[in-house]
Amino acid sequence: MAELQIREAIRAAMVEEMDRDENIFLMGEEVAEYNGAYKVSEGMRDRFGDRRVLDTPISENGFAGLGLGAAMNGLRPIIEFMTWNFAFVAIDQIINNAAKIRYMSGGQFSFPIVFRGPNGAAGQLAATHNTSVEALYSCFPGLKVISVSNPDDAKGLLKSAIRDDDPVVFLESEFMYGMRGEVSEAEDYTIPIGEARIAREGDAVTIIGHNKSYWRALEAAEMLEADGYAAEVIDPRTIRPFDWDTVIASVKKTNRCVVVDESNPFASVSSEIAFQIQAQAFDYLDAPVHRITARDTPAPYAKNLMEYYLPSTEDVYRACRAVMYLD
Amino acid sequence: MPIAIEMPKMTDTMEEGVLIEWSVEEGDKIAAGDVIAQVETDKATMDVEAYDDGILLKKVAQAGDALPIGGLIAVLGEAGEDVSAILSSHTADDGAPPPAPVETPTETPPAPTNIGTSAATFTGRIKASPLAKRMAADHGLQLTDLAGSGPGGRIIKRDVEAQMSRPSTRPPVPVDVSADRGFETVRISQMRKAIARRLAESKYTSPHFYLNVDVDVTALIAHRTAVNEYLEKSGRPKASFNDFVTKASATALVQHPDVNVTYAADEGVIRRYSYVDVGVAVAIEDGLVTPVVRDAHRKNVAAIAQETQELAARARDRKLTPEEMEGSTFTTSNLGMFGIESFTAIINPPNACILAIGTIRDTPVVQDGVVVPGKRMKLTLSCDHRAVDGAVGARFFATLKELLENPIGLFLEQALAI
Repeated sequence: MAELQIREAIRAAMVEEMDRDENIFLMGEEVAEYNGAYKVSEGMRDRFGDRRVLDTPISENGFAGLGLGAAMNGLRPIIEFMTWNFAFVAIDQIINNAAKIRYMSGGQFSFPIVFRGPNGAAGQLAATHNTSVEALYSCFPGLKVISVSNPDDAKGLLKSAIRDDDPVVFLESEFMYGMRGEVSEAEDYTIPIGEARIAREGDAVTIIGHNKSYWRALEAAEMLEADGYAAEVIDPRTIRPFDWDTVIASVKKTNRCVVVDESNPFASVSSEIAFQIQAQAFDYLDAPVHRITARDTPAPYAKNLMEYYLPSTEDVYRACRAVMYLD
Repeated sequence: MPIAIEMPKMTDTMEEGVLIEWSVEEGDKIAAGDVIAQVETDKATMDVEAYDDGILLKKVAQAGDALPIGGLIAVLGEAGEDVSAILSSHTADDGAPPPAPVETPTETPPAPTNIGTSAATFTGRIKASPLAKRMAADHGLQLTDLAGSGPGGRIIKRDVEAQMSRPSTRPPVPVDVSADRGFETVRISQMRKAIARRLAESKYTSPHFYLNVDVDVTALIAHRTAVNEYLEKSGRPKASFNDFVTKASATALVQHPDVNVTYAADEGVIRRYSYVDVGVAVAIEDGLVTPVVRDAHRKNVAAIAQETQELAARARDRKLTPEEMEGSTFTTSNLGMFGIESFTAIINPPNACILAIGTIRDTPVVQDGVVVPGKRMKLTLSCDHRAVDGAVGARFFATLKELLENPIGLFLEQALAI
């Protein structure tokens, strides 16, 4: 096992895949000469040259479409958005073209393309630069959506995403690029898309969280352990297709569930998880499913408000105690 | 202006009615007095009539629905009128079942906190988590036996587990997991509810005591044969032994008016009747009814026989009106046709006594120091001790026995009756 930062794990995935397949290339703002806004692609231009690591103008709609055209013609692009907030201007390319043309062409065209970049809250960047987009892209059949919480998953799932013949939305986090963790050194290490990870086993309550929310879930589980309760923590890792089997089996065991999701609450991933649990495990529930989300407002700028806006470990802990009827 | 058609109070004791069948369709033109539906009450199946003219705009109740008195059955009005105001005003205030919700309520998360416990309080129903309900069902526990420790008294997993770990005074109901040993659920009919309510009330409020006699019916058998030969010649229906018992009871009650009473606790009086109306219990499908032979003390056994047969036939067709089943002063119940030797009956309110009639049986009897074949019939009188003491009941019973053993008295005493 090697200890890597998440940015290094993502880079390792891209480098390994580009070494393996010359049709793969990386394109985005500042990915080449500047070595990436968050230094994810550091050294890749030197290694692969200008033809395979390309800087683009500030024109997301343009280079997203360029990538789709390349994918239709046999290449396998990795498109980096400096943040997913900037991808809103490219949303027609992603939703109307990437997600639908394989369906509309009767399978004649597929899009082996990965759109990747940081998603969700990123500090005092105010309302327009703190958006969580996983629910948005998960709405559309035709897209796969992955959101990772640690270096090992980042590497294993990004390699699978790059190899996948369908468009994949790959969600990272500015806050987490520097996070270190053990990464498998197995040759050609991949993690299948669509498999959740049970990070911690328990029987008292199921806590579900992806990306940063996974860490809130884990911290709450540690607080519960101090109280004498074993929480089961699940990181879905892939938002779509979602691994319902793992979640439902867990809820059937624990009889209660708290979902942590730093998106705004309405029609969020947590909404869908809560719906599926009540539909598939109704007779196993001893309490309503609770969820902890961002507040239902745009993200604030002020530091204290931002802390209030986002799910906190304390919120998750209290929600768990509520569904366990402890308070 | 749309008009509400509500569940009418069709009998004195009716609390709710079950809509059995619609006689009209939405959009039909209705005139006042038209029958629009049939409703099962605690006593009979009866017609619901419209009080007004109009178009039937909406059937609110469906066949099989139980509605309280005043519950909305249908809406009448002019074509095209809006019925929503009537629907909402009724569902809001009269307890009639609201139309089935078309979608489940959606979550409205409270804005300041995202820990979304619903603080809504429900009343009038047992709250239990889905898991707790399933666990209780699996272990044969009644939710009504469980105390809920969750929010608002919700029964949750730990409550069921606590109940399961508690040493039970009742043996646990064996869990039946095989499909071929299940049970079916049968809706409790209005009649059965009425039987349950009235008889439970009787048994719980009136202290019953019981008297037994064994009647020598040798003479009665011969008498009945003679009477029936006469009736047959004149083309009239034959009299049963039961009819003779009805007649004898009425005659004896005239002589013992202290038994022909109602203990009216609410009014602080004992009502002593100057007439004898005998209720005759008739078993029908899924229940029993007690049509009343009016003024039985004034009628001869032939008239009683004819009237009882007519009432029983209409009882089996469920065509009796509530009035025909109300107001008895005494009741008889006969299970002799099933070979029952004797039984104790529950007093039929507002009566003070009920007579249980057993079968006529062959039995050895001692006559003048010699054992000879005999014919006997056991009678059991249940008395409400609030109104009838043992000696009072016994004197009445002795007279009844005497009349049945010497049926000539039925004619002689007739003349002495009121």
